[in-house]
Amino acid sequence: MHNPMEQFEIKRLIPLYLGGLDVSYTNAALWMTIAIALMAFIFVYGMRRQALVPGRLQGVAETGYEFIAKMVSDNVGEGGKKYFPFILTLFLFVLGCNALGLIPYSFTPTSHIIVTFAMAAFVFIGVTIIAFFKHGLHFFSFFAPKGVPLWLMPILVPIEVISYLIRPLTLSVRLFANMLAGHIMLKVFAGFVIMVGIFFGWLPLIFTSAFFALEVLVACLQAYVFAILTCLYLNDALHLHH
Amino acid sequence: MDPAAAKMIGAGLASIALAGAGVGIGNIFAAYISGSFRNPEQAPRVFANVILGFALAEATGLFGLVVALLLLFVL
Repeated sequence: MHNPMEQFEIKRLIPLYLGGLDVSYTNAALWMTIAIALMAFIFVYGMRRQALVPGRLQGVAETGYEFIAKMVSDNVGEGGKKYFPFILTLFLFVLGCNALGLIPYSFTPTSHIIVTFAMAAFVFIGVTIIAFFKHGLHFFSFFAPKGVPLWLMPILVPIEVISYLIRPLTLSVRLFANMLAGHIMLKVFAGFVIMVGIFFGWLPLIFTSAFFALEVLVACLQAYVFAILTCLYLNDALHLHH
Repeated sequence: MDPAAAKMIGAGLASIALAGAGVGIGNIFAAYISGSFRNPEQAPRVFANVILGFALAEATGLFGLVVALLLLFVL
């Protein structure tokens, strides 16, 4: 049976070296480029006619736009509108990478912790900087929620600080683990189909097909969860209630 | 103990964390289903929170799975 971890190997497609750094164009970079190009195409080409009654592709673009716009306005509230382009780009990029990974023989960029961690670290550091610019040192009152008795504070404040600092880790590992586990499961069960042989091979085949449908759902869901958690963290930063 | 054997046992133990994921997800959907039987009109309104809750509960279980995979394939 093929090694299910082989699909996550990074291969250099165009070796490039700048100074001492390896900046080759890898298969990960290729699939990220394809994800961005696909999303850009859907939106730019879909909106080229700007009809009042949308056609099919324009309908898709408008639905995606409105979905994220509603999510941002519901969860970030006032002052969230200027962060909408960022959230939309984040959502479409994660969705594109997750969905393209489901094509057989392709590569899922978001199944690498460095990709998801780069995005999560950017979100975390950006949100913290926004909070400091808006509230200054009053930001630290976020860790001491209102209405908590004083004797409880020495226990509660470290817990609050730790659960705040762990946000980039959980944000990145959630996406990474879902993509990794999903794709490993797919490969393992697909391997079972061959191993079990022709008489009983239909059983793992049915399970693989059903699991593939679940993986499509998980791809869309994880993109949505990444975006909505970014909105919630932004809400925490902009309006310091708990 | 042979380190390779210890890794396998550790990976098996870490996978027990997925039981928590199952219980948590079951809780969320049980609350959603029982709530939508009582108040079917409000069910679509809360569905987005259900999806968010499901993803967060699943994530905690998958953190355990990541430890198991780390033991098997990286360390």
